[in-house]
Amino acid sequence: MSAVTEAAAPRAKDKSQTRTYYWIVVPMVVLFAIFHTFPVLTGIFYSFTNYAGFGDYKMVGFANYINLFRDSRVLSAYGFSFLFAIVATILTNALSLVIALALNAKIKFRNFFRGVFFIPYVLAMLVIGYVFKFIFGTSLPKLLSGIPLFADNILTNQTWAWTAIVILAVWQSCAFAIILYLAGLQTIPEELYEAASLDGASVWQQFRSITFPMIWAYFTINVVLSVKGFLQVFDPIVALTNGGPGTSTESVTMLIQRGGLTGGEFAYQTANAVVFFIVITVLSLLQFRGMASKDSDF
Amino acid sequence: MSATTANTPAAAPAQTKKHRPGLHRINWWATAFIAVASLTVLIPLYLAVVVALKTPDQLLGGSGFEWPTEVRWANFSEAWTAADYPTTLANTGIITVLTVIFTILTSSIVSWALARNMHRPFFKGAFFYFLSAMFIPFPIIMLPLVKQTAAFGLDNKWGMIILYTIFGISMNSFIYTAYVRSIPLELEEAARVDGASTWRVFWKVIFPLLAPMNATVGILTCVWAWNDYIMPLVVLTDPSDRTLVLAQSIFQGQYNIDHTVSFASYLMAMAPLLLVYIFAQRWVISGVTRGSIK
Repeated sequence: MSAVTEAAAPRAKDKSQTRTYYWIVVPMVVLFAIFHTFPVLTGIFYSFTNYAGFGDYKMVGFANYINLFRDSRVLSAYGFSFLFAIVATILTNALSLVIALALNAKIKFRNFFRGVFFIPYVLAMLVIGYVFKFIFGTSLPKLLSGIPLFADNILTNQTWAWTAIVILAVWQSCAFAIILYLAGLQTIPEELYEAASLDGASVWQQFRSITFPMIWAYFTINVVLSVKGFLQVFDPIVALTNGGPGTSTESVTMLIQRGGLTGGEFAYQTANAVVFFIVITVLSLLQFRGMASKDSDF
Repeated sequence: MSATTANTPAAAPAQTKKHRPGLHRINWWATAFIAVASLTVLIPLYLAVVVALKTPDQLLGGSGFEWPTEVRWANFSEAWTAADYPTTLANTGIITVLTVIFTILTSSIVSWALARNMHRPFFKGAFFYFLSAMFIPFPIIMLPLVKQTAAFGLDNKWGMIILYTIFGISMNSFIYTAYVRSIPLELEEAARVDGASTWRVFWKVIFPLLAPMNATVGILTCVWAWNDYIMPLVVLTDPSDRTLVLAQSIFQGQYNIDHTVSFASYLMAMAPLLLVYIFAQRWVISGVTRGSIK
């Protein structure tokens, strides 16, 4: 008798426990479906219509998708976004790694400098971007009046305005990347370097055969995150050029936002967004695979 | 992480002093390099400060970097009204504070429930469902989301709080679950034996133990909500809900930008988070680091 109640009680309790767990998770799943998954699905639906953002619409099949590939403005937005993402990723990771290495050396005032390099992380890109706009538009033309590129305000230069956006974006992104690399460097045991220097390994050899392999995981994460983030670039463009001159610095995100919300191209730009999603996903997966296979070489 | 930093400069010389004194000398080349490199961070901030202090006349014809000969504090009072600082600061403050509170409260308990039930298909599925959303860039959902928030009457700051809290679960469940697994189950079982309900177990036993992760998630969420531009730009429709960052763009539309006033406004927009960072620097950096390494 007592044995029966003893066995039944915990089971009943287990059941109510499990029910509580469901009560905790299910509402979040439902909310997430409503506010995240549902917009994704409606976006895919609209991409097959000619909806302008208001009024009636009808299904148009793949017409939006076919037109995307013929639209020179769309193609140039992809061109800009990729060029920007590649250059900004390389610069961010190269500069962050160098600064993290120097911060990890036995330098004076290390905590102070580490704190300084992280400042850009807490600043709004748009707001500090306006300060950079002043630097490029007012300060540099006076300070570098001997160099025509800067003297004429680089932001109004059709060919080179994108480099100013790269500088601003890299300036901010380095803050987080430096901290990540620094965390990676501090996981490397000191003894490895001591052993290597006893064996007469040069600084460069130590970096190539100890440091870099040991922080490979951090490097992978940083690069994949950088590419994904930079491809979606928006804020620094708004701050510096607003897509100009002409549409030479218009990114995909900017095109989707402008064309879709104010340009009467709602359905067309949702199709663009679906393509953009596929491009980013495929690219992220390829990067992870590529970098994972490189990993096994070490 | 803090352990390693404390270790290197202080403890290391004591250990190795006997046989290898040269190895732990200050590296002055690296120090000089870092000092110069840090100027790239400080120069734009210096410019923001000196321009905001000048009179418009001093700015004329100069590069902006000159030290102000005469300080004009009126820039700040003019910026106060021009960008409607009290309203926009309150909006950003409300959005950020409530988002951080709701995010910590919901993400922590949901992640805990997920982590403790990974053997059940539903919870495992939910975890990967949240996680997979990290791969969906915001531009994809942007246009339909604008329609939807407007239809729901959520195109205001309350809608922003809801969206940030829900979207945050993707990354936060990832950050929290790894940490929850490191908390021994025996702690919960002991509380349960004493008759505590699942709710009580979480809030009395687990939630306090999650403090480091709560701090990490709080910092990341705070910086995101405070500085975000694109989501308030597309979601908010009523100008009275404008955030601090959104308000800074009004100076750009002006025919002739008064840089001294606009820079004062930029400084006031950046100041709150910057001040918090300056006073809690180590705590912020270690919090962010904890979130990014597993």
